[in-house]
Amino acid sequence: MDLLSNLGIGFAVAFTFQNLFYCFIGVLLGTLIGVLPGIGPVPTIAMLLPITYALPPVSALIMLAGIYYGAQYGGSTTAILVNLPGESSSVVTCIDGYQMARRGKAGKALSVAALGSFIAGTFATIVVAAFAPPLAEFALKFGPAEYFSLMVLGLLAAVVLASGSLLKAIAMIVLGLLLGIIGTDVNSGLQRYTFGVPELSDGIGFVVVAMGLFGFAEIIVNLEHREHREVFTDNVTGLLLKWSEFKEALPAILRGTGIGSVLGILPGGGAMLSAFAAYTLEKKIAKDPSRFGKGAIQGVAGPESANNAGAQTSFIPLLTLGIPPNAVMALMVGAMTIHSIQPGPQVMTSNPQLFWGLIASMWIGNVMLVILNLPMIGIWVKLLKVPYRLLYPAILLFCCIGVYSLQNNVFDVLMTAVFGMIGWVFVKLECEPAPLLLGFILGPLMEENLRRALLLSRGDPTVFFTRPLSLGMLIAAGLLLLIIVLPAVRKTREEAFHEEAA
Amino acid sequence: MSLIRNPKEFGSGCLFAGFGLAAIVIGASYPVGTAARMGPGYFPRGLGMILVALGAILIIKSLRSKGARIAIKDVRPLLIVLGSVVLFGLTVVPLGLVLSTILLIVAASTASHEFRWKEATIASVLLAGFVVLAFGYGLKLQLPILPPFLGNGG
Repeated sequence: MDLLSNLGIGFAVAFTFQNLFYCFIGVLLGTLIGVLPGIGPVPTIAMLLPITYALPPVSALIMLAGIYYGAQYGGSTTAILVNLPGESSSVVTCIDGYQMARRGKAGKALSVAALGSFIAGTFATIVVAAFAPPLAEFALKFGPAEYFSLMVLGLLAAVVLASGSLLKAIAMIVLGLLLGIIGTDVNSGLQRYTFGVPELSDGIGFVVVAMGLFGFAEIIVNLEHREHREVFTDNVTGLLLKWSEFKEALPAILRGTGIGSVLGILPGGGAMLSAFAAYTLEKKIAKDPSRFGKGAIQGVAGPESANNAGAQTSFIPLLTLGIPPNAVMALMVGAMTIHSIQPGPQVMTSNPQLFWGLIASMWIGNVMLVILNLPMIGIWVKLLKVPYRLLYPAILLFCCIGVYSLQNNVFDVLMTAVFGMIGWVFVKLECEPAPLLLGFILGPLMEENLRRALLLSRGDPTVFFTRPLSLGMLIAAGLLLLIIVLPAVRKTREEAFHEEAA
Repeated sequence: MSLIRNPKEFGSGCLFAGFGLAAIVIGASYPVGTAARMGPGYFPRGLGMILVALGAILIIKSLRSKGARIAIKDVRPLLIVLGSVVLFGLTVVPLGLVLSTILLIVAASTASHEFRWKEATIASVLLAGFVVLAFGYGLKLQLPILPPFLGNGG
């Protein structure tokens, strides 16, 4: 069977001592940083990215994927023990996980989260392995017009599924696209928007943008709040679930896995939407919905499985189409480009070792997460006790060194401060930064495909509408926009995100 | 009642329109070309125009819909955090990793309302030690460790 032989290649790559080691380090570091409250996967990956530069591409990507799962899982630990989501996808885990912890069931909540993540991770790995190849083959037929339309669809979908004002989010994408084209134009060699600054001629580094908008801005806002935290650290015992609890949790885990696997593939989907949808479903089908919010085990099992499944299947659009569906995947594009791999359908054929090795390592990473997290939970708990006043200066330091080491350049450090400032303004104006990062990554790609499409059609813009695939994608994009402005949908969408934020 | 009823929307509208306008004005000298032979100015100018339009819609909407005010409680964290990052950037090459790390940690720590001198100083020295071992010797970063005028740096 094709699938098995392909997975065989992957496991052969992933099971080398070197790659297992980097996968382990990635998961470890990811959990370490992810556990820290107030740092989500995006700044975590941005901060740890420089460590992977010296590695061969396969090892680097395996390590990054490990960092991602680690950060994801570490965020859940924080959500359960501190009631403070480390990242947006654990917002829902807070609701019931924290309540379980308050009732002395912190250990059980953590076990369910780990178990759910593992089952979801295993299933999602199979989904990626099964669906990526046919999709990549399909994508190989795409010309520049199709790619351009696909990007329009992807960007719009990402916005529709994100929270907040639609208009602002679209504007953020366009601003991102604009920032993305700063630097030397590949076709004419002209320096665009560089103001004669030589450091800008290669464009702004995506780590600089991500770190400023997500990392620095978040630290500043956290400091403004001066909140008091209650940490449940003394009674993290009793990790083992009772058989009756296991029976309660398993169906929720399976449902969460299903939802997450599907929603993760959608642009803008990924972990957060999956977790939220799973929680809503569990609450809807529960015999006694009033238990939710008071420590229902399904309220942890469902969303935790869903966010892990979603985190994993969101690799599908990245690996097959080269289009990042969310901010984390946008960072992965950047990481791949640094190792001179152009993400897209050709990766699978031109670089099967990398492709299948990465997929196999997803599963290995999940195994490591379980091994690492349950026995070592005591260490993570200690980490949570470190007060924020000691934590954030250290985070700033690692960010600064990380940014500097990108190109051994002080300019990048100063630029990150500028983006920190811009990020703070965005927070104050309630503009979500994730769409900007997506636009930023896709900017040059989108211009290039638009240019090529119009060159081939001799300047005829109808090319986007006469090619059936391209037309289909544009119609889908139009429908999405139409649906979202319909009053009924708009209302439920607002309610949904409102409930989530509450 | 003031004219601007939704300050956050008004502010973001101005921001986006401003960026769009800047893109058009600064990029005015870039050759636009034709659709079939796009010049370097084609795409950015298009984006700039879309951004100005979106900004304008947001501004108009802000006069009609109602929204919360922009809440700025305390600008100290903003200034101190970004200031200490800039300080690190400016000092890391002339003063070396050890001193710039200590400066960054102590300066940034003052942003917290729970700031304590002694604690911050001790933390900064410990972190400087760790950074030198991990990044200086471990990952072999291209950075001077001690101030160059003391010799043996980098």
